[in-house]
Amino acid sequence: MKIIDTCGMSCPQPVLMTKKSLEENPEGLDIIVDNNTAKGNVERFLKSAGYTASITEKVDTFLIEARK
Amino acid sequence: MNGKKEIIIAGGAVGIISVLLVYFGNPANMGFCIACFLRDIAGGIGLHRADVVQYIRPEIIGLVLGAFFISLKNKEFQTKGGSSPFTRFILGIAVMIGALIFLGCPLRMVLRLGGGDLNALFGIAGFVAGIYVGVIFLNKGFSLKRSYNITKIEGYIFPAVNAGALILLIAAPAFIFFSEKGPGSMHAPIVISLAAGLIVGALAQKTRLCMVGGTRDMILFKDMYLLSGFIAILVFSFIGNFAFGFFKLGFAEQPIAHTDSLWNFLGMAVVGWGSVLLGGCPLRQLILSGEGNTDSVITVTGMLVGAAISHNFGLASSAAGVTSNGKVAVFICFVFLGIVSYWNSESLIKKSSSEGLSKADAE
Repeated sequence: MKIIDTCGMSCPQPVLMTKKSLEENPEGLDIIVDNNTAKGNVERFLKSAGYTASITEKVDTFLIEARK
Repeated sequence: MNGKKEIIIAGGAVGIISVLLVYFGNPANMGFCIACFLRDIAGGIGLHRADVVQYIRPEIIGLVLGAFFISLKNKEFQTKGGSSPFTRFILGIAVMIGALIFLGCPLRMVLRLGGGDLNALFGIAGFVAGIYVGVIFLNKGFSLKRSYNITKIEGYIFPAVNAGALILLIAAPAFIFFSEKGPGSMHAPIVISLAAGLIVGALAQKTRLCMVGGTRDMILFKDMYLLSGFIAILVFSFIGNFAFGFFKLGFAEQPIAHTDSLWNFLGMAVVGWGSVLLGGCPLRQLILSGEGNTDSVITVTGMLVGAAISHNFGLASSAAGVTSNGKVAVFICFVFLGIVSYWNSESLIKKSSSEGLSKADAE
């Protein structure tokens, strides 16, 4: 699964990066975010785009697994 | 935490609290105005000498400290920095110049409309147009690049500075300026202003309330979340103003406003465009400053300096209208925004020497 790292990016770039990568990889994507705001924003976007999002908390980051 | 209901409640609270602050003594339609209040603080510490707009606004201190405490409590305090700090500093100046052309930050723009000031409609139109331009560059890969984790103490300094400002306000030493007339002399009691700031700071931190984010996310993702907060502020400030008898519909003789539609539009276009590049409106920058985001601290510092420049160079508008210096400044801001937008947009500068770095960031 392709993985993108959105750590340290300002709003709304984590969501934009997710959106762009999903257009190239419609089957799914792993997204690393480093704050709750980006986590919430990406999660909300994934739901509206018809993906499930499972979230695992890591040290200082979250891994979001987006699947169709 | 990310429920739409929460942000509507938060927006509603901001609308009502803003009207209450006016009731307790703040200038009309200025329960909150991040640009005006930073401008007053710049005057209070003598960075400019416009004697009608000098006061250390406790609302600002409250917003920062409210966000600080709630982010500590929720373990969301993260000290970060290093995302194009000097670009952000100048963007802060530009946003402040634009806001003082219109006479209000995006939050006051909404509060002005909620109070019946129809000039704000031109402001909103310009704001949306500016956001739209910013979004075009976001879609072309605009980024001020990553921020990084830095030492915790760096993030504590700005909240500490705000606590220091509170001491200066209360102690009122002779070197702090306090307006004796004009908007700077009109303020709610310190305790009320501070409490209002703390409450709104906490709410805005929890809900990520952002005036520019609403329109931006609507255009980009058809996402209504932040926009519902924006609308809630408008609706509830309207209700509040009506209830207190403050509502006054029209263009002419609105409080701390002018009727020059074109420059209301252009001023807020600078604010909208600049705020999209920064990743959030002035309110959001203050909240992030409290959460340990030192890039936002730099932005707020830029806004403070921008306010001083605006008044020292005669750029800021007044009820009498826009100044010719102000018009030139808006033009310079647009040129600057254009250059920053272009040179930080990945797909527009593919052939530049930073290709390796840009690619690494895109991965």
